Amino acid sequence: MEKNNQKNNIDERVIIAGFGGQGVMLMGKILAQAGMLAGLNVTWIPKYGAEVRGGTAHCMVRISHKPIASPLVEFPTAIIVLNKPSLVKFENKVRPQGTVIVNSSLIDEKVTRDDVKVYYVPCTLLANQLGDVKGSNMVALGALVASWGFLNIDVVKEALKHMLPAYRHKYIPLNQKALDEGAHAITNA
Amino acid sequence: MKDMISPKRSAKAKSLKKVQFHYCSGCGHGIIHRIVAEIIDEMGLRENTIAIAPVGCSVIAYEYFNFDVTEAAHGRPPAVATGIKRIHPDKLVFTYQGDGDLAAIGTSEIIHAANRGERITTVFVNNAVYGMTNGQMAPTTLLGQRTETTPLGRDALREGYPLKIMEMLAVLPGVQFLARSTVHTPQEILKTKKLIKRAFDVQLHGHGFSMVEVLSMCPTCWGMTPLEALDFVRNRMIPFYPLGIIKEPDKNENGQYGKEQPKK
Amino acid sequence: MKVLTNGNEAIAEAAVQAGCRFYAGYPITPQNEIPGYFARRMPEVKGTFIQSESEIAAINMVFGAAVAGARCMTSSSGPGISLKQEGISYIAACQLPVVIVNMMRGGPGLGDVSPAQSDYFQATKGGGHGDYHMIVFAPEDVQEAYTLTFNAFNYADYYRNPVMILGDGILGQMMEPIEQVNPSFELPLPEKDYILDGCRGREARSMMSLFLREGELERHNAILQEKYKRIQEELCLVEMVDVDQSDVVIVAYGTVARICNTVMREASNEGIKVGLIRPITLWPFPAKQIYDKVKNNAKVLVVEMSAGQMLEDVKLALNGKANIDFLGRMGGGIPLVVDILKKVVSMKGDS
Repeated sequence: MEKNNQKNNIDERVIIAGFGGQGVMLMGKILAQAGMLAGLNVTWIPKYGAEVRGGTAHCMVRISHKPIASPLVEFPTAIIVLNKPSLVKFENKVRPQGTVIVNSSLIDEKVTRDDVKVYYVPCTLLANQLGDVKGSNMVALGALVASWGFLNIDVVKEALKHMLPAYRHKYIPLNQKALDEGAHAITNA
Repeated sequence: MKDMISPKRSAKAKSLKKVQFHYCSGCGHGIIHRIVAEIIDEMGLRENTIAIAPVGCSVIAYEYFNFDVTEAAHGRPPAVATGIKRIHPDKLVFTYQGDGDLAAIGTSEIIHAANRGERITTVFVNNAVYGMTNGQMAPTTLLGQRTETTPLGRDALREGYPLKIMEMLAVLPGVQFLARSTVHTPQEILKTKKLIKRAFDVQLHGHGFSMVEVLSMCPTCWGMTPLEALDFVRNRMIPFYPLGIIKEPDKNENGQYGKEQPKK
Repeated sequence: MKVLTNGNEAIAEAAVQAGCRFYAGYPITPQNEIPGYFARRMPEVKGTFIQSESEIAAINMVFGAAVAGARCMTSSSGPGISLKQEGISYIAACQLPVVIVNMMRGGPGLGDVSPAQSDYFQATKGGGHGDYHMIVFAPEDVQEAYTLTFNAFNYADYYRNPVMILGDGILGQMMEPIEQVNPSFELPLPEKDYILDGCRGREARSMMSLFLREGELERHNAILQEKYKRIQEELCLVEMVDVDQSDVVIVAYGTVARICNTVMREASNEGIKVGLIRPITLWPFPAKQIYDKVKNNAKVLVVEMSAGQMLEDVKLALNGKANIDFLGRMGGGIPLVVDILKKVVSMKGDS
């Protein structure tokens, strides 16, 4: 919790990318909701590929202690990439000292840059071990949040409840476990 | 052009304004306006009626009907009526449309309003020609019929076949009452009046869409005398567009129509 | 309490809060959250939601609902708004209060579903046949989308005129925290003495835009133009930031204005002062305010997601007073901060 006190210099610009169906949009919405619950300014924008289902998709999230002007993220401070095309597309856009979360279960390439912090997290594998491969997006999100430190993972778990529709609330415990699993992957690394 | 109905006669129905009709000699619109007005008088609904006028010869129906009337864009009366009826579900809401308005440019609107089972009534005046624009082919123009745009007569290979809208609508479960009639004889005028009255009754007490198609005369655009036009209806139109009730709902012991349709 | 919501749903909820009880529309991206929201919400407030068979039917259904006296709305995006133009012309002619939302996408033709601002001409110059105008609001964020939509219903009733909410795909789908606080409206709303609800206790009424008698239609047009003049005098909304002391003044609206906000910050880091003029009403266009504020020979940059449509209104407003440059992206392209910044730097260097 003590890290929450550093909210006066936060200006994160995040791109979350993967195949349609990997839960990319939901991750961004949960992240934005968590930022709002933590008292920060947030925006979320979706960007779909040619098809809504199955194509590549990404969303942009901004979290800032200041009011947000442009909601667009041209040069992210952090990216989460869940598939290989997304890594290729966004790797070189990340600002120096930025964060890259790579789903190493599906991406065997390594990041070529040495001026960014890279975390290889086997999201799909870890989610599978928890019992549902669909939780892999939450593993990745947990990893990003843990790598930052200014957002408490409990706030993200709370945000999950706001963003999942009532008929999907039965998946909350599994998703919360997945968030923890992703966070552990960072803190134990 | 001579007026069909004198101001004195039309003043008999309270639902008609005391003005002269502008319609041509032998035109059916004046007759149909008048029977609609008489029905509304008889049902005591003048102050609870909202009508939608089309684009076509009867575009200025609001000049004659002495109740609330709105115009609509060409072909859109069923959509406008949908908006009005959903806001005022207890009013009598009817559209008055010609064959171009309803069966050509407004085909989509009439089919979908009917299919939604909108509780509205449509009075569909079919004279097999475009009157207002000087006599072009209508979707209901008969095969062989000459118009400005079918100078050699309508040919199925070139212009396709006349459209039987009522028979198309009959298959839709949202439609409760359909009938076709004519106004070429006094007896048929009386029958038409009964049918439109039933259609209004179905709207008020039923759960679906109701419509009466009235075969009508257009001597001006048919290039005939008014008397020849009556013969054209009898000899040419009726054989292709058979008269009578096409679809009607069951009436239960309480005098209510139908039971399958969920109430809106 | 703040809620995280997207622009489309904020607009729909604002409409419900403003008393809108009739919505008809046809699905099209990027505004599908609007009909989706109304489909869930209207039954809760005993309102009507209709997924119509076409955009044409939808606009005519709201014509009917407005004639019947209800507050009503329809929404679409470019291709669908084109289909609605016939109905909008009738609505303007009959002076009906209807709110229409256009979440613009890339065009022409089917285009794509990316954000754009290329329907500016269509929205502000008429769009359909005849001499008429809609009032056009261009919100820049989700909060403003809520507030402007709420008052759009009031302005529609106050002026008896159709009002358009002109957004883009970003505004529609972007999520932001907003306060759902309904804004006040001080102007007295006129009695609806035109509606058709059965002529009980009064003369029968008719609603029409057909005027066949000698001189009648010209007189009707004169009445409309007088109203438009009044709206132009009373309702120009514009936000101006740091225009006085600036090296370059940017004129932009909607989402693009937000992007230019970032440009202002980054430019000031480089020692360049950038001012921003953001029209909130696109019609009436705040021409006089802009003319009065911009200095002689100022450097003005218009930025749009189009080939330069508002640009023409800025040129007319400034009437040769300033040097006007343009940066536009088309077909779903979004102007980037870096590109705008580069342009601003080069404009400053030109002196």
